[in-house]
Amino acid sequence: MNKKNSSLVQIRNLYKSYRRGNQIIPVLDNIGLDIKEAEFLALMGPSGSGKSTLLNLIAGLDQVDRGTIKIGRVEITSLSETELAEWRASNVGFIFQFYNLIPVLTALENVELPLLLTGLSRKERRRHAALALELVSLQDRMDHHPRQLSGGQQQRVAIARAVVTDPTILVADEPTGDLDRTSAEEVLQLMERLSVDLGKTVIMVTHDPRAAKKARTMRYLDKGVLTDAPEISFTEFL
Amino acid sequence: MLLKLVLRNSFRHRLRSLLTVAGMGVAVLAFALLRTVVSAWYAGVEASSANRLVTRNSISLVFPLPLSYRDKIRQIDGVKKVSYGNWFGGYYIDRKNFFANFAVEPESYLSLYPEYLLPDSQRTAFYRDRKSCVAGRKLARRFGWKIGDTITLTGTIFPGNWDFVLRGIYRGRDDTIDENQFFLHWDYINETLKKTVPRRADQVGFYVVGIAAPELAAKTAEAIDRAFKNSRAETLTETEKAFQLSFVSMSEAILTAIRLVSFVVIVIILVVVANTMVMSVRERAGEYAVFKTLGFGSFYLAALILGESLLIAGLGGAAGIVLTFPAAKAFAAAVGNWFPVFKVEALTVYLAVAAALVVGIVAAVVPIWRVVSVRVVEGLGRIE
Ligand SMILES: Nc1ncnc2c1ncn2[C@@H]1O[C@H](COP(=O)(O)OP(=O)(O)OP(=O)(O)O)[C@@H](O)[C@H]1O
Ligand SMILES: [Mg+2]
Repeated sequence: MNKKNSSLVQIRNLYKSYRRGNQIIPVLDNIGLDIKEAEFLALMGPSGSGKSTLLNLIAGLDQVDRGTIKIGRVEITSLSETELAEWRASNVGFIFQFYNLIPVLTALENVELPLLLTGLSRKERRRHAALALELVSLQDRMDHHPRQLSGGQQQRVAIARAVVTDPTILVADEPTGDLDRTSAEEVLQLMERLSVDLGKTVIMVTHDPRAAKKARTMRYLDKGVLTDAPEISFTEFL
Repeated sequence: MLLKLVLRNSFRHRLRSLLTVAGMGVAVLAFALLRTVVSAWYAGVEASSANRLVTRNSISLVFPLPLSYRDKIRQIDGVKKVSYGNWFGGYYIDRKNFFANFAVEPESYLSLYPEYLLPDSQRTAFYRDRKSCVAGRKLARRFGWKIGDTITLTGTIFPGNWDFVLRGIYRGRDDTIDENQFFLHWDYINETLKKTVPRRADQVGFYVVGIAAPELAAKTAEAIDRAFKNSRAETLTETEKAFQLSFVSMSEAILTAIRLVSFVVIVIILVVVANTMVMSVRERAGEYAVFKTLGFGSFYLAALILGESLLIAGLGGAAGIVLTFPAAKAFAAAVGNWFPVFKVEALTVYLAVAAALVVGIVAAVVPIWRVVSVRVVEGLGRIE
């Protein structure tokens, strides 16, 4: 980054629609968004407003119709599928609502998985994975399989998997959507720490105002249009 | 780690995987056994020498030729040695005990068939004793015969009970040689016929003609047949291979059917394995989407799926091939008399291995294509 305060993520004039049969469904309409480095941003909005769509575009999982997304020095909207895959592997960490761990792998192996795409030796990979599990306080569950862990523990393994490659951005789509309050609290605290202590840029889609409150900034998406979270609608949510 | 993943994925549905592996095993076993039946049928053809011609009556094998032809054949260009014999068609104790037995001129016959290995002492003993015989090793083992035993055959073509003293037991030079044959002196039969049915004496069923080189086969055969044109018994001379093939060709249609079935079995199992793979991969669509999300490319996904498919097909194939040997043995024991040589050939094993590989690869094609072509967000959508 050349300037300390410049935005890490720059989105300009972004349009996205889906085609269903011969019907075109506009989802995102002229989105512009800047996200600073080490930001912890919550993205809220009613169901079907396009939150997941926007998050997927920022994470390089889908192609835009029009507009640009620049992350760091890379304009990801001009990358090919293969280039995008490589870019994702080293720049983005993913946290899903349903954890999405691989059931036949242990916690440690799940965390190790993204490191297969790096040049690290087996020993190095193990060490990094173990450290990441320590970060989420699951070092004593390394050899457990996902089904032997609680939802909250699984989500913490998923967070370890997301950070193990040391990405710049973490994207989380309703990370607490499937968790009880205590587990959700733990997960949110972890994400906050990742942003504050480790300087990760965290973008989180959530329905949960409590979760949103943990974030430093909040954006609101309604029918594909992005606004600053209005005080009124925010309180209405509560 | 990828290997571990392939291994664990393969046996996630233990029952389904085991059933597929078992099916694959049975299919490969069936494939190999059917191929072995076909090659056993052709074993006589394979073992035949390109240096030998067989001359027989042009009308049919059941009509004889006069013994006097021997000297005329000898004089034809390209002919090195002539022997002759008859299908004796006797049985031992019971008609069910079928085996090939020929009345031949011993010295010339055995010298034309160097692939029958016989110790010199046994060979001379056989030549000396007109009422003696020689049997193949497998045949002798089957009936528990030992050198010096007197063996009584009941004639079907030459009526009566005939006693022969076993003077030799021959071995085949290699596995393709029939060790179930039985040879006796043509002279002995002929002498008896002279006394009992003189009009059947001095006649032979076939001449075996040794030629100098395989290239001479066509020309020499033609010369022999020309020499007996318009005579009382016209001849038909072919290479031994063609002669053997004329037996096999009667069953050519059946053999083709068996071959076809052996491939159909593989196609069926291919469909079964492919179905298993499609089911497994569909269930894990979300996981493959996660791999893609994390940045794993098509190459990794293809390797994961192909590895799993190859593992299942390979395990089944290996089991099938291993089981083929005892199964072939049991099969040979049950119907051994029909096939003098019933052995699993190396080629059959290679074909079975190739079949397993092809099944493993082809079964993975559709699932790989599906996983690779589905878009990440759609793949993820299935779990969210
Ligand atoms: N692959 C797709 N094909 C067609 N339409 C899609 C696809 N993905 C999303 N959509 C549509 O785009 C719109 C926005 O979807 P999106 O998932 O971004 O909403 P969301 O804000 O995340 O909703 P929720 O809060 O329910 O998760 C919806 O109308 C949805 O039906
Ligand atoms: Mg969503």
